Amino acid sequence: MPERSMIEISRVTRSYGAFKALDETSLTIREGEFFSLLGPSGCGKTTLLRMIAGFDTPTSGSISVDGQPMDGIPANRRPTNMVFQSYAIFPHLNVEQNVCYGLKRLRLGADEEKRRVEEALSQVSLTGLGKRGATELSGGQRQRVALARALVMRPKVLLLDEPLSALDKKLREQMQVELRRLQQAVGITFILVTHDQYEALAMSDRIAVMFGGKIAQVASPKEIYQRPVNCQVADFLGGMNFVKAEIVEENGASMILDTPGFGRVKTDKPAAFVRNGKGATLGIRPERLRVLWDDATDKYEVAGKVVDRHYFGEITHLVIEIPGFDKPLSVTETNNFGADDIPVGAPIRLAYDPDALVALAD
Amino acid sequence: MTAPAEGIAALPVVRKQRNPVLQSEAARGLGLISPTFIYAVIFLVIPIVLVIANSFWTQNYLTIDRTFTLENYRIALTDPIYRDLLMRSLWISLLVSFFTVVLAYPIAFFISFHGGKHKGLWLFLITIPFWTSYLLRVMSWKVILGYNGVLNATLMGLGITNGPSDAFLYNTSAVVITLTHAWATFAVLPIFVSLEKIDRSLVEAATDLGDGPLRRFLRITLPLSAPGIISATLIVMIPTVGDFVTPRLVGGKDGVMIANAIQAQFGKAANWPLGAALSVTTMAVVTAMAASVVLVIRMAARRIR
Repeated sequence: MPERSMIEISRVTRSYGAFKALDETSLTIREGEFFSLLGPSGCGKTTLLRMIAGFDTPTSGSISVDGQPMDGIPANRRPTNMVFQSYAIFPHLNVEQNVCYGLKRLRLGADEEKRRVEEALSQVSLTGLGKRGATELSGGQRQRVALARALVMRPKVLLLDEPLSALDKKLREQMQVELRRLQQAVGITFILVTHDQYEALAMSDRIAVMFGGKIAQVASPKEIYQRPVNCQVADFLGGMNFVKAEIVEENGASMILDTPGFGRVKTDKPAAFVRNGKGATLGIRPERLRVLWDDATDKYEVAGKVVDRHYFGEITHLVIEIPGFDKPLSVTETNNFGADDIPVGAPIRLAYDPDALVALAD
Repeated sequence: MTAPAEGIAALPVVRKQRNPVLQSEAARGLGLISPTFIYAVIFLVIPIVLVIANSFWTQNYLTIDRTFTLENYRIALTDPIYRDLLMRSLWISLLVSFFTVVLAYPIAFFISFHGGKHKGLWLFLITIPFWTSYLLRVMSWKVILGYNGVLNATLMGLGITNGPSDAFLYNTSAVVITLTHAWATFAVLPIFVSLEKIDRSLVEAATDLGDGPLRRFLRITLPLSAPGIISATLIVMIPTVGDFVTPRLVGGKDGVMIANAIQAQFGKAANWPLGAALSVTTMAVVTAMAASVVLVIRMAARRIR
């Protein structure tokens, strides 16, 4: 992957009166990467996207795209294009006219214009629908038109504001794959705003997780999921068991934690970790715990009792009480060994991988 | 779970059977619309039928000869006086609707796009002049446009003219000015509504695709507000053709319109059939003009791409 930076956001703040939608945020997005801004609503991700597009101005700080500072440059003169959440398809124009809307101003000549519109329509698999009216399109087709309309401009950066949130689950999953493939084909930097962690994990090269106007962590999907820096990030990205632990030893980059069930564990120290006398939190994802059947054993195991069971078709969620833990552990187990038949109240032993245990800042 | 459900189904139907005719969907529908329908028949259909019937009869001094004749229409369509009056009325109403829409559009645009939290207050303020009687407003235009009026005094005070001019009042432009002012609010409202309905993300999308403020107005906002422009034009144009108060008060000799002629036939001239024929002719011509204006605006909106 090219390492050249495409977008530099330095110390950007956006205040609305006393409320800070974005607080002293800095971020570098590389050329050609699929970058996601992930967070709950109101975390400032859309504000950041709209400031990159030019629809909103930073109260302080600056944004540059491809080395060019964007201060004072209106949205219509920026090398970015956007796919709106509502798609914003012009209702009085047909598909073709929507797609070539931005090209008209460039005066490319009829042949070149037609060629680029055809190319964009085929990129989003809408070939042959050029004459279709904007009001006669399905949700998925509208989304594709919005995508083609932005891609045809050959922007340096394509901004996507929750583009899949209006689609049904099946179509959304299909579009995730297609969007990822499209991004790799055109090589344009994509910035996706989403509140859906699976979407961000499935599509991105890197993810920035945001809370309350601040970026909590920027990392690859795998790292964000497996090595979240704090409890908030860990919780937002899916199920996580939090276990209170005592700090036995703390070094520059690592620490040794002690819990009643897992014993002494050596983990990486999270960057944001502050020792506050309350000990630390150890996290483990529910799918990293494995039920030990019959008399199977493992080098690392904890014993407990099943207190609840939830059936989800291909998997079962087991809630297991471990003596000494303040909260029961959740375990996700596939149903091919009969996890859905484990009776509530039964004693159970779980195997775990000590590498899957992560220390978390509060 | 199933047992009580079956028990309910087994209960006999105890509701009393009423007359099936009154129960039918169609009968209930007719019942619901009948008050408005009767109102429309009494106050809309009957008068129009009477006018149309009258237009085919003849006035014999105090009695009306009810034999069918097209003579009235021959007079209405061929007499140069009526033809000129009709043409002038159409021309005036076209001018009035054009100026009203041109003046009302920026107001509606401002309220819709920049009104912020005070949209309601702005709309309310615009209606305030219309709390006074129409006659008073016409009279105040006489004060402004008259020989010793405000306009003449201002022009003389600024040294633009040497003496008062009588060119402002009692002519066609006085009628156009007064009517334009009178109909302004009625044009602001439909345009405002159609501007409010435009999804703001469409304007942002146009900006995102490279359009500056003027281009995105011409390519997105204007064509999408065409329905508002059409209704504003119709709301102003149709009643303006038939106005007779304004031309009587500020129009003078040059400002007489077709409605003044119709009024004369029903009044002093006492020729109801001719007045009715003139009315019907005017209605037909106004309908045709309104339809063509709608077509022209629609086509213009479609041409902007």
